[in-house]
Amino acid sequence: MKYVDEYRDPVLIENVTREIARSVDRGRHYRIMEVCGGHTHSIYRHGLRDVLPDNIELVHGPGCPVCVLPTGRVDDGLSIAERDDVILTCFGDMMRVPGTRGTPLEFKARGADIRMVYSPLDALKLAQSNPARHVCFFAIGFETTAPSTALTILRARALGVENFSVFCNHVTIVPAMRAILDSPGMRLDGFVGPGHVATITGCRPYEFVARDYAKPVVVAGFEPLDILQAILMIVRQLRAGEARVENEYARFVPWNGNRAALAALETVFALRPFFEWRGLGFISQSALELRPDFAPWDAERRFAVPGVRVTDPKAAQCGEVLKGVLKPAQCKLFGNQCNPEHPIGALMVSSEGACAAHYRYAQRAAEAEPAGV
Amino acid sequence: MCLAIPGQVVEMSEQPMLAKVDVGGVRRNVNIGLLEDASVAPGDWILIHVGFALSKIGETEARDQLRMLKAMGEDELAMDEVRGYTFADEAAVT
Repeated sequence: MKYVDEYRDPVLIENVTREIARSVDRGRHYRIMEVCGGHTHSIYRHGLRDVLPDNIELVHGPGCPVCVLPTGRVDDGLSIAERDDVILTCFGDMMRVPGTRGTPLEFKARGADIRMVYSPLDALKLAQSNPARHVCFFAIGFETTAPSTALTILRARALGVENFSVFCNHVTIVPAMRAILDSPGMRLDGFVGPGHVATITGCRPYEFVARDYAKPVVVAGFEPLDILQAILMIVRQLRAGEARVENEYARFVPWNGNRAALAALETVFALRPFFEWRGLGFISQSALELRPDFAPWDAERRFAVPGVRVTDPKAAQCGEVLKGVLKPAQCKLFGNQCNPEHPIGALMVSSEGACAAHYRYAQRAAEAEPAGV
Repeated sequence: MCLAIPGQVVEMSEQPMLAKVDVGGVRRNVNIGLLEDASVAPGDWILIHVGFALSKIGETEARDQLRMLKAMGEDELAMDEVRGYTFADEAAVT
């Protein structure tokens, strides 16, 4: 309980952990996947592993945007930055993600004009302020972020900004969950559903998990109490032999999602027939591309990106970690060749990546008192 | 990456689809085009992500969210992000 005590309501937390301990079937091993990287970060940071019964295993999911981006796409984006007339813009998370020939930060140091932005609208603004150059936005993220890119593209069209484009790498979470559920040897008992993604998508897209795979999904917030409450709800469903989608995060997540945002996605984007995910391989209809109407703002149509497929360094086992087959520390490179200062795989870059979180907090967790449940 | 930052609407901008929002004392314009009815009023609380209001929330939820960001050690990142929004500031981008 050591680290959870830092949090505001230790009494509530104790009540929930006690209830979890009381509700689990002691003869059963539970594997629960938290889909979202934000949850992974919170679980490590607050040492939640240590307040759960030993027979509940938390499996870290694919919901970290930079982690699932394959190296080939990083290379493709950076090839655009090598053009003299281009300013490439991206979020801060992207700056340290390694491509074959270096990270965006290293390309910048070698002279490429790459700039960090906090909003796609900042990239558009940069295009307006630099009419002689082309500004490309390296778009990444799940459904939380994609609507913002969509609205920015609509704005570029409305304003007639022609020196702006988007290199679109937006992905959708549901096909990845399906791919994980379908992967051989992967046994999961339930999912902690992604909170912020669900503010856009709502809870309905997860109903297939309950319906087709008979597994509970509980959409949850990011505070320790939210995550523990979601785990309790999953355990209770399993105990009752039920499989439903429940919304623990109703204070932020409407069941039907955000219609305006979903409409913006529908207007601007179409599903790609398939898209490569690091570790998960090619997943059909799992990513977004600009519809033909928006071709002038589509960097992939504007620039001939190489589109090569790059395999990850052989020793790095990012894929296995992303699928939840291996724990971060079981990768041969973890902590030695691959660390937050010199990340070899993207999971070591983002605070939402399982490896970065494990590296940063595992020592603390190891020092924590035993669970006592 | 998926930071969702709570802020309070201070005033509506003269420019369409923008509202001036206060986040921990920092005031920036954010885009409100993703809100279901695209309407907010001064005093409303919203959740902000990469320059856009994602949803309207209550004051209690806003405080919850702020506390969550602190608990995650991401409150400074969130402030950096809000300070970094330049799209509605005529002088900010070079």
